[in-house]
Parts: sequence; C-alpha cells; structure tokens
Amino acid sequence: MNARQRRLLQLKQTVPEVGPREAFTLQQEGATLVDVREPDEVAGGSPIGAERIVRGFLELEIENRVPDLEQPLVVMCAGGARSLFAAQDLRELGYRKVWSMAGGFNGWKNQGLPMEVPRVLTQGQRERYGRHLTVPEVGEAGQLKLLASRVLLIGAGGLGSPAAFYLAAAGVGTIGLVDDDVVDRSNLQRQILHTDERVGTPKVDSARATLQALNPDVKVETHAERLSAANVERLFQGYDVVVDGSDNFPTRYLVNDACVKLGLPNVHGAIFRFEGQLSVFWPDYPARQGPCYRCLFPEPPPPELAPSCAEAGVLGVLPGVIGTLEAIEAIKVLLGIGDPLVGRLVLYDALDQRFTEVEVPRDPGCPVCGDEAGEVTYVEYEEICAV
Amino acid sequence: MSRATVRIPTPLRTFTGGAGEVPVEAATVGEVLRVLGESHAGLAERILDGEGRLRNFVNVFVNDRNVRVLEGLESAVPDGAVINIVPAVAGGKP
Repeated sequence: MNARQRRLLQLKQTVPEVGPREAFTLQQEGATLVDVREPDEVAGGSPIGAERIVRGFLELEIENRVPDLEQPLVVMCAGGARSLFAAQDLRELGYRKVWSMAGGFNGWKNQGLPMEVPRVLTQGQRERYGRHLTVPEVGEAGQLKLLASRVLLIGAGGLGSPAAFYLAAAGVGTIGLVDDDVVDRSNLQRQILHTDERVGTPKVDSARATLQALNPDVKVETHAERLSAANVERLFQGYDVVVDGSDNFPTRYLVNDACVKLGLPNVHGAIFRFEGQLSVFWPDYPARQGPCYRCLFPEPPPPELAPSCAEAGVLGVLPGVIGTLEAIEAIKVLLGIGDPLVGRLVLYDALDQRFTEVEVPRDPGCPVCGDEAGEVTYVEYEEICAV
Repeated sequence: MSRATVRIPTPLRTFTGGAGEVPVEAATVGEVLRVLGESHAGLAERILDGEGRLRNFVNVFVNDRNVRVLEGLESAVPDGAVINIVPAVAGGKP
C-alpha cells in the first residue's frame, strides 16, 4: 500500500461518504454540492446547481460562495478521491457538515442524475477577463453573464464612444449601435471610436471596426437608422439595457417612452459644455420603483427656450467622463450588483470638478409611468435644432 | 431670511454674466427665483412659465431635494442651502 492509499483510507475514517443518489437527496434538502474538478472536466458536464470551485482555490473561494459554516456541503470530484482530500480541508476550515461523494461525477452520471453542461470561459477568455475573475462581484459567473448580455447604445458619438468601448472591453457579448450619421472630422475631438481615415464612413461601421479590434469576442449589431416611433420597438427588442447617448430631445423622449413600455433600464447621460447629467430611469427596477425621464422632465423645452444651437459645444473629455459612468451603470444593472442610479441624478461640473447628487422622485401622476398611465403612445417631437 | 447659494447651469449663465453661482437671501424657493429674476433680467422666465409655475423641463433642488415633492415654490430655504437649477439637457446636436 502506498502513501496515497494509506492517506485515503485514513480520510475515509474521518470524512463521511455518501453515494451519488444520497448526495442528490441531500442537495434537494438544501445541501450545497461542491464540484472541485478542473474546468476542462466541468466543461463535459456537472450536476445541476453545483458550486464549481477548482480544488486549488477551494479554501480561498468557498466562503464567498457559502458563507455559513453550518451549511451542509457535499464535495465531489470525478471518482471520489480528490473530494476526500477537499472535504477534509473544508472540515478543517470550519465547515461542520461535510460529506465526500463516493464514485464522483462518473457515478452521478451513470445513475442518470440531473446534470448540465455549464457555460465556461475558454482559456483565452480566462486570460482576457482575468482581472474581472478575481473581483468577487464579477467572477466567472458574472463574466459569463456579461458575455450573454445585450446592450443597445443610442448614438455612436461622444457618449456612445466611451460607453461602447468599455462595454466591449468588459466582454458584454452583444453591443447594438443605433446611429444614422457618418463620421465627420469635427467628431474626432471627442468620439474616440472613430479615426481620421474613417471620416465620411457610417459611424456604426467605424465603431464596429474599433470595438472588434479591441475585443473579437463581442458581437456588434449595427443599425444605421434614425430612431423613430416606427422602428423603436423593433430595434429595442431582445436587448437587456439601453444606454442613451443621443444628442437631441425627440430621441431622448422616444428612448424613455419605449424603455418604460418594454420594461427596460434606460441608462441616461447628457452633456453640455462642461456639465453632465447621469441617471438610470427604470420604473421596473426590482429593488425599488424608479422614476422615468418624464417624472423628472415631463416635456422637452420648446425651441425658443432650449439652449440655442450656437451655444452647443462641449469639452471633448466631458463625454468621456459621463459615457464611462454610463458604462459602469450598465454593467451594474447587468450583473445586479451595487446600487444603480435609480431615483438619483448625478450632476457633474468639470470646471469646479464637482459631483452633486439630487433625488429624482417617481411622479405617481406621470403620463407615461404613473399610476394612471395607460398604454404608451409615442410622441414625435419636432427637431429643435435642424441645422 | 436665509442665505443660500444658487448654482446656475451652463445654459442659463448667459443671464448671469457667466457666473456659475449667485448668492441670494430669501426664505422660500419662490423668493429665490424672484430675487434672481430682479437682479438678472430674463432668467426667471426660463424657469417659470407665464403663470409663475415651474416649467416642465426645469427642476429646482434645495440641497438634494426636488421642490416638486416639497412644497413647490413655497418650499423653505434653510440657511446655507445650495439651490440647484437643473434644466433638461439633450446633447450637442449642432
């Protein structure tokens, strides 16, 4: 008998073992199944609902997944040997009810118990998103969620550029871009997705080239259309989050009204010279009922009271700040982490370098999301600035 | 009477000679706007409509509170308050 066999025999004296069927029963009664196999083994299948933590990181990671030391754990590997070692370590760590599953995943599979082929990151993705994987709030599950997520950006301009750039870098799997404009040289002072040699080409095509050069994982869906009442629902269909980086009131109200109707979170950013506004309008936010854009501003200003076209202008870096914050809000919403800016408006003043937060109460009388609001009908406001 | 600081958003700074902050002494938000309007011609009309109501595309905050859920223009202004005037901003459409 070699050392390994001797040690396994010792462990069998101290660590209780259960067969796969019994393990399944324990799992149904609330125990956590911990699959400690390597990613390439898990890729071939793993029990449904198992926590998958590779043996090497087990002690470091287990408390993030199972904080309660009283929670019953059934540890499993491929055949039942590694899980004995792992179970013993978990007992020493302080978990009080730990079993090792004899027969391992092979036994589980042979008995026809429920399994799934989990989505796992490829080796290339592990490298690319390594700095996300070590953040507990993201981790592998969060990264997989981002890769399966779909974000629609309204505008591939000043705000949309940094937002899309960072969302692509973060591995948001599908990025939709709505913009009917072409790249103009005057855009390049702030619209960092585009390049001098792409002046004159459609912005969505230019943006796609930059995003895919950064991260080929990302699917970029381009919509070279102007958002209208006629196409808004078709374009929004299937997306998880809308990021508004538009440059005019008619589009902003259309984005708001469609997001309310479809229950989509509307990540809102707006800029003027040195000032920015940022919020998340989402009446269907599960944690608390949020306001919509019309709760804050029920109507757009008439042309004579809107900032004149001659006044429009912006510090090129400003959309970098606001668009990047929009990307952060989008990722938080996608991952369900942190506290999104639902019901809060952030005002940013670049000259004073000051962030101010004010409340955005929901308006129960809001014509679009209020208590008495009927079916949403789209209003197409006149373009204020048709230069 | 309370002393308050009114923050003027960029689109309305044409009425304040470019100033981003204006100190005001007033007891209510309505008074703040009246005093502002008296010292800076044209400014109050951007915030209030012909009947003296807050326009639909402008919000006024006393510290972080929206006056629409306080007492509107009757909302009290505490000493040292910061009043933010926040208009709807669309973006840089030329």
